[in-house]
Amino acid sequence: MIVGNGVTGVTAATRLRQMQPDWKITLVSGESAYHYSRPALMYIFMGHMTYEATKPFEDRFWSDQRLDLVRDWVTGIDIEDKQLVLHKTGRLPYDRLLIATGAKSNRFGWPGQDLDGVQGLYNLKDLRQLYKNAERTRQAVIVGGGLIGIELAEMLHSRHIHVTFLIREASYWCNILPIEESGMINRLIEEQGIGLIRETNLKEIVDDGSGRVEAVVTEFDERIDCQLVGLTPGVSPNTDLAKSTPIETGRGVLVDHSFRTNIPDIYAAGDCAEIVSRNGGRNLIQQVWYTGKKQGKAAGEVLAGEDIAYDPGIWFNSAKFFDLEYQTYGMILSTPQPGEQHLYWEHPSHRHAVRVVGVDGCIKAFNFMGIRARHEVCERWIAERRTVKYVLDHLEEANFDPEFFVRHETEIVRSLKEQLV
Amino acid sequence: MSTPPAGTTLIDPETIAYFYDEEADGFGEPATAAEAPRNPGMMVSAGVIGLGFLALAVILLGMPLTGDWTPFLLSFGLLSAGTIGYAWFAYKDTVPGIKHDGIMFGNTTHRGAIAWALGIALTGFYVVLYWWPEYLARAIALVEPLSQALAGQPANQWFLYGFLYTMAVVLFGFRMFMRYRHNRYHIVRTISVMFFQLVLAFVLPHLLRALNEPEFYFSYFWPLKYDYLFPGTVDYLVNSPGALGSFMVFWGAVCSFIATPVLTYFYGKRWYCSWVCGCGGLAETLGDPWRHLTPKSTVSWKIERAIIYAVLLLIILTTAVLWVSSTSDGALSSISAPLQRWYGFYIGAVFAGVIGVGFYPVLGNRVWCRFGCPMAAVLGIIQRFFSRFRITTNGGQCMSCGNCTTYCEMGIDVRAYAERGENIVRSSCVGCGVCSAVCPRGVLKLENGTSHGDRYPGSDNPLGAFSTAISKGARVYGDRDGYV
Repeated sequence: MIVGNGVTGVTAATRLRQMQPDWKITLVSGESAYHYSRPALMYIFMGHMTYEATKPFEDRFWSDQRLDLVRDWVTGIDIEDKQLVLHKTGRLPYDRLLIATGAKSNRFGWPGQDLDGVQGLYNLKDLRQLYKNAERTRQAVIVGGGLIGIELAEMLHSRHIHVTFLIREASYWCNILPIEESGMINRLIEEQGIGLIRETNLKEIVDDGSGRVEAVVTEFDERIDCQLVGLTPGVSPNTDLAKSTPIETGRGVLVDHSFRTNIPDIYAAGDCAEIVSRNGGRNLIQQVWYTGKKQGKAAGEVLAGEDIAYDPGIWFNSAKFFDLEYQTYGMILSTPQPGEQHLYWEHPSHRHAVRVVGVDGCIKAFNFMGIRARHEVCERWIAERRTVKYVLDHLEEANFDPEFFVRHETEIVRSLKEQLV
Repeated sequence: MSTPPAGTTLIDPETIAYFYDEEADGFGEPATAAEAPRNPGMMVSAGVIGLGFLALAVILLGMPLTGDWTPFLLSFGLLSAGTIGYAWFAYKDTVPGIKHDGIMFGNTTHRGAIAWALGIALTGFYVVLYWWPEYLARAIALVEPLSQALAGQPANQWFLYGFLYTMAVVLFGFRMFMRYRHNRYHIVRTISVMFFQLVLAFVLPHLLRALNEPEFYFSYFWPLKYDYLFPGTVDYLVNSPGALGSFMVFWGAVCSFIATPVLTYFYGKRWYCSWVCGCGGLAETLGDPWRHLTPKSTVSWKIERAIIYAVLLLIILTTAVLWVSSTSDGALSSISAPLQRWYGFYIGAVFAGVIGVGFYPVLGNRVWCRFGCPMAAVLGIIQRFFSRFRITTNGGQCMSCGNCTTYCEMGIDVRAYAERGENIVRSSCVGCGVCSAVCPRGVLKLENGTSHGDRYPGSDNPLGAFSTAISKGARVYGDRDGYV
């Protein structure tokens, strides 16, 4: 029994089916009848794709694979009788249960945050609401400068709505990205004609008298008229279900490295899970698509009875900011850490950049902007602790750009080697 | 017992109340949206296109034709200038990158009334062209000056057709330059299809006519240009004065049986389908606005395989019967002649023309290439089992968004492979490279490897894989060695 049909739940189910061809597997979700790709929500809104096309599997896949789908919300877990309590359809018994309920948009208690026209973007309901809220909207304000924020900006921009970005930081996403990469994106945002107000907090959202948003006011008492406010200050684990039970929760549902909660036969994985550190370090909450998929695969194996521990592996992530692609391998924090050497090259057009981070002369991480890099090559170099010099000498092996693209390796390597000495 | 007490719930009531039928909703066109800012250049260009159509209509409906360049330039000149201007002004101030906003909402681009009207108009044009060319007399007279200049001979309906076809490839090729100017693969590829259409499939054949040589298209081969290896054609070419006719036969045979497998081994079928072929050229330029309409279901894949290989067998059979008949003094002529006529009519005209191009706005731009072309079938078998070409997936980066599948003009569920981190080695892939271009995470790359032996499980034994594929049929998921 799996609660949630997002990427983690579905990956766990398909992996479990591969390993246990005879088990009865049921996926419960109230959000949608079939699994869809959450990162593709933006492409539906922008008219790049139909909703139908965001479903990675044809509808017949589920019956072919004998994966039962139940469209309902889970309201509780009867741990003693090992049953799920559903909102509409009564109770469902389980032998093993995986909680993969994902995350919820953060709300920081701003005045007016519940007005009509104020919303986040995480699920289909939000998308439907955005369709409604975007009607007759001329100006929008987006609060919070993360990945969802810029996606939302791109979405509204595609409908010719003027967008103003309100970010707390001095530069877009600069708590994650080093200042140079972050600067490239600032430039991109402004190039698109989107307003970017930095180092500014939201004070309140103003009611137009009918319960709809009319404007926002910043902490400096600047008023920005708008008919839509996007609140995108990140997401936090959705622990609502677990909180109604003795399952231990912290920020997320607490699990060990095999996704076991404190209750036997109940597991949790994906955005909603908080993996308790084995050596007393920081607990692991991973909330990107790739880790959701990776955790789902491992959780499927655990459910199938394998005795494995989740290995987060070498970090990677990618995104696209308007037309600028970003890939990262290994962990790069926004500011150089003690002992790290950062080498950085940026093309004069501000459309391509590479950052190579070394520790003690060995490669630790990469950032690529506007250049596609080969995942397995970068990962292998980091795993093998290749020297930075070796990596620079072989950098062209890591290129994954399409054929005929202008290659920049010569300049990149020359520039980075100069910084090396 | 740990369920919450009756009557209370810890889940957001709004969420509970949300039993939303997203399948029925479909998230289509927005109800009302802010208007796009005015683009004066585009509006003027649209006006010029309108004037061009007006001129064309007036000429076709009875303005006296003098046989000189004035009406030609007035109609086609204005249409060309307007189309180029429209593409230029639409994209010149935009940031280079993928431009797919609103495609699924567009009346023209997503099977709206305009799309159907266009489809009917295109289909109607083919019907008139093939069966009632007499109605095109005035249009043929309109291109007379160009025919005289190029071929030194009067225009006929095929000259008119070739001219319009080439004009479409060139004008919409320019649109491709604007639209994909961030992507050199598309620019180079578009230059290639424009060159082959303009020079090898239009100017050169008519220059040959001017020189009293046989009209010959050096970029088309058997079995696509099916009659090139028919005994009648071969006889005619070999017997035409000078050595050029014999060279044409030699060229056609070498390209069909030697160049095709060799080039496909190195580069996949894309060297032909999306770089050289005129049908592919039109699909990649004029057809680009409709590439996402190709059906992607497993069922459509099964239909595709059934039809395309049937057409291939049919043309092989027709050619063989014709040769047997011609070398045995017409022993089989009672079969061969009707077969030749039947193939020419139903496959060559109805399928390749009327359905293949006429249905662009409704079924996507590669209907003929995907479902009918026997050349694509041959190239596809070589590509699938023996070629070095593959589309590689970049590690675990796929996030299943489905842009690749949506924009695949050949109806391949690219995502199904990408999501599992597998190479895409499907027979039908024409290597257009759009999946790679639209991928927001840079996951897909078209590559020619150093050998064909590392592309799919079982590639060390291609013949075994071939027989498995034939016996197992279409699979998208689950089975890892059965799919073609």
